[in-house]
Amino acid sequence: MEKFVQIEKVGQTFATKKGKFVALRDIDLTIKEGEFISLIGHSGCGKSTLLNLIAGLTTPTIGVLLCDGREIAGPGPERAVVFQNHSLLPWLTCFENVYLAVERVFGEKESKQKLKERTAAAISLVGLDHASSKYPNEISGGMKQRVGIARALSMEPKVLLMDEPFGALDALTRAKLQDELMKICQATQATTVMVTHDVDEAVLLSDRIVMMTNGPAATIGEILEVNLPRPRHRLTLAHDPAYIGYRAAVLEFLYEKQAHVEKLAA
Amino acid sequence: MGAVMINGDFGVKKPVDRSTPEMSPATSSQRLATVVAEPVKEKKMETAAVSGEISGTPLSERISTLARALLPPVLGMLILLGIWYVATFKGGSIPGPGKTWDAAAILFSDPFYRNGPNDQGIGWNVLSSLQRVGIGFGFAALVGIPLGFILGRSQFLSAMINPIISLLRPVSPLAWLPIGLLVFQKADPAATYTIFICSIWPMIMNTAQGVQRVPQDYLNVARVLNLSEWKVVTKILFPAVLPYMLTGIRLSIGTAWLVIVAAEMLTGGVGIGFWVWDEWNNLKVEHIIIAIFVIGIVGLILEQMLIVLAKKLTKESA
Repeated sequence: MEKFVQIEKVGQTFATKKGKFVALRDIDLTIKEGEFISLIGHSGCGKSTLLNLIAGLTTPTIGVLLCDGREIAGPGPERAVVFQNHSLLPWLTCFENVYLAVERVFGEKESKQKLKERTAAAISLVGLDHASSKYPNEISGGMKQRVGIARALSMEPKVLLMDEPFGALDALTRAKLQDELMKICQATQATTVMVTHDVDEAVLLSDRIVMMTNGPAATIGEILEVNLPRPRHRLTLAHDPAYIGYRAAVLEFLYEKQAHVEKLAA
Repeated sequence: MGAVMINGDFGVKKPVDRSTPEMSPATSSQRLATVVAEPVKEKKMETAAVSGEISGTPLSERISTLARALLPPVLGMLILLGIWYVATFKGGSIPGPGKTWDAAAILFSDPFYRNGPNDQGIGWNVLSSLQRVGIGFGFAALVGIPLGFILGRSQFLSAMINPIISLLRPVSPLAWLPIGLLVFQKADPAATYTIFICSIWPMIMNTAQGVQRVPQDYLNVARVLNLSEWKVVTKILFPAVLPYMLTGIRLSIGTAWLVIVAAEMLTGGVGIGFWVWDEWNNLKVEHIIIAIFVIGIVGLILEQMLIVLAKKLTKESA
């Protein structure tokens, strides 16, 4: 489907103590089914705000968002979110955390046995069978984030939304999870929107990179189409002139065209 | 507050050492510090020290750790007894430790005798006080915890009811006693009602605070999953609020045990507070001192029981 997620003339204004704060303005974006989109920009540019709008966690001040032809009126399991800090419930095991989601989405139609199978399948998709009965505080940060991804995928969402999913992880774990995510997205053909501040991550994973201008009143600056064949491998791409070109383009946008934020801050 | 300071103290002394399997005194104090800093807000060092023990350490080391943990409290008690002894050495109206001990030996040889309604063993008196606390506290929990949940969830209701709570909370529970007597026409339910009043505030306020402090992330998870209100309460709110609720319960029990003594002095009947007053009228001062110890020990046991319960429940849910 060509227009799976549509964002039309969306703006977001927050009321603060100092008056109105315009976070986003004039956002227009359509996302195709199965596409992987990255939102990149300096901190405070409203990437997460935009993601929350797609998730339905907040409603736009103006404009409209559509998913699969329907207006996004609130959050729902068809738009699963992988939160930045994994947000697993600490009193439930990994299995139970995922099961909570599975039960909500499929509980009415399917038997308990089937629900458990789904949960186990999601956990084994992220390679965590051995940690299934552990509590979140017993596993590493990377594993927690994988459980978060398993929880989101287990709902078989139409759109997978990820808010800096690997931001809190060390570089090696991050690379490993990026590779896993690429495989999973390839296999499930999930439509994905990911917020990131990591240029390599954006180029490696995305079909298109949406680059945002600096806030306040941020909007989409440029959209970069990444035409690299899949499956992609980080080692071969490291020397690929096309990859280097894309990377340079994003860096140029961030550090030349949108550099003023740092000057102001400094 | 105390817990945080203790933690900082030990942390400065010995910041690493966590990985060594043997239990040197330093690591045990380290562990003690982490136990103390758990969300249940421990205050008692003794329990923490005991739970800091790890099985599998050499017996001699365990004994020395235990000795180190026990030495300060035992020393403190001995000094207290010493001061008491010196202060009452020359005689006077306050009996010394020896005399009190002798009286206690007689008293505890038969704690459960009954010579009519106004002359019963100390065991019966303590039990009937505990019963009043239990009933009053139980009703307070039944009302206070759900109310706390509601106030925590609804800004409107909390804005509506908070001023009332702020107004009534500083009132001594005993001020409610005449109203209780008037309504119930009997001393016993009036005392129970006083306990209800004093236990309910910490329960409401801590529960409400816990509900308000549920991390937004968890609530976002609930929203994205579109969980039913029942699931939100059982899977997210209740486990997240539990530590706060248990703190409220502990504070309530503590206050209730303080108040029951005073309430019973006023209402009479059977109960440890009444017993203190009765012994005062009989001028058996050594019995009053015994009662002070008994009240203290029972209060300590109640608190310790709740700390253990809190640890068990939060360990299961954490």
